[in-house]
Amino acid sequence: MTANDAPAERKPVIAVLDYGIGNLRSAQKTLERAGAEPILTSDPEVVATADGVVLPGVGNFGRVMEAIRAEGVDQLARDAVNSGKPFLGICVGMQALYESSDEDPEAVGLGILRGVIKSLSADVKRPQMQWNTLDFPKSSPLFADIDEDSWVYFVHSYAPEASDAVIATCDYGGIVTAAAQRDNVYATQFHPEKSGPVGVKIIENFVNLCRSES
Amino acid sequence: MRAARVIPCLDVDGGRVVKGVNFVDLVDAGDPVELAARYDAQGADELVFLDITASSDARDTIVDVARRTAEEVYIPFTIGGGIRSVEDARKLLRVGADKIAVNSAAVDRPEVLTEIADEFGSQCVVASIDARRSTGENPTESGFEVFIHGGRTATGIDAVEWAKEVERRGAGEIMLTSMDRDGTRDGFDVELTSMISNAVNVPVIASGGVGTLEHLAEGVTEGHADAVLAASIFHFGEHTVAEAKELMASRGVTVRPPQ
Repeated sequence: MTANDAPAERKPVIAVLDYGIGNLRSAQKTLERAGAEPILTSDPEVVATADGVVLPGVGNFGRVMEAIRAEGVDQLARDAVNSGKPFLGICVGMQALYESSDEDPEAVGLGILRGVIKSLSADVKRPQMQWNTLDFPKSSPLFADIDEDSWVYFVHSYAPEASDAVIATCDYGGIVTAAAQRDNVYATQFHPEKSGPVGVKIIENFVNLCRSES
Repeated sequence: MRAARVIPCLDVDGGRVVKGVNFVDLVDAGDPVELAARYDAQGADELVFLDITASSDARDTIVDVARRTAEEVYIPFTIGGGIRSVEDARKLLRVGADKIAVNSAAVDRPEVLTEIADEFGSQCVVASIDARRSTGENPTESGFEVFIHGGRTATGIDAVEWAKEVERRGAGEIMLTSMDRDGTRDGFDVELTSMISNAVNVPVIASGGVGTLEHLAEGVTEGHADAVLAASIFHFGEHTVAEAKELMASRGVTVRPPQ
């Protein structure tokens, strides 16, 4: 409710990086709902002046990396991360932040987070296409006021390997990375924009981080 | 954990939700977006809209339904019916649909699954399979045969072989409808469902025949489905999605509890 209680306050502008892939509409409307002013863009000036940046992504890792580079979004993402403003990668937009993926071993990730994207266990159906509950191995402002065991929606066959950056996991044929954070870089393997009220709250938390930056 | 999804299905004709028995005797069941918001509030895990609009003039109404739904609900939804190409898929995904379901077009030209998966990812490609028990002199190997065109046209294709093929070609999920059971309210064909679910590694949505909440639980416990789909038991206020989940949980099925 933070956004609506203070109508006089300027809405944080959040650049949603548009590189021609994915369902950007959902991320955009969830950000609006959470009190932000989202702008779908690949314009460096817009990204430079935004209060926060979201990198969405769906589909094949290699294809996403190719599209990100074709649109120059790789440099935009690096610059945004280096500027210190809050940055959120979602689903394959999270995976893109890592170094590489077993889905497409030739493709090079952005390397902003350390590690490799690994396939989910062969003992379970892939993709994991379902709601699952979160565990929080450490606390993060992204999950402020979110209860452990909250249900969120996943659609993925690969996920980042375990690391110090992991802030949420789920259990799907083993412990699976569900979210990570390093400094101003946040990332979720699940889709907060498709996770009902819990997801909207997570996006609100991100918007609040952008607000305190602005 | 593995949690079963409960998916209300909305058959949409010219922008309105309709429900009939075996695709005839259609009854108006309301505005799709209003129903979608109601099911979301009741704890639906996803939604499926099947466009059964016959006239090509009215085909763009489903794009509008997708757009308006994306404004109202914050859960994933799938659109199926008449999708034949990457461009058809693009129109729906752009306005906010999460997945598209391809049925007859995939039987006519299986490459379309790969084309859409290459463009947008397997996670958004649902292969919709309508199957019947084989009758007559040339039964298929599994005893179940793929039908197209709303269940009217036999293909001679074995349903289990076809399920494996759609997975190979890039479908990320299978929506399996028993045409023998659809509209009967006699329950899922759990033999068909478990046969297909065990034959593939992608999730399977059981569909066709739900008349009671008990049937939804059976789809998972006996049919080994990953998700269960139903239409009329939800549309006419007989049962809420929350009631469905309570019953399923009481039968030992893990579900996301309604809020």
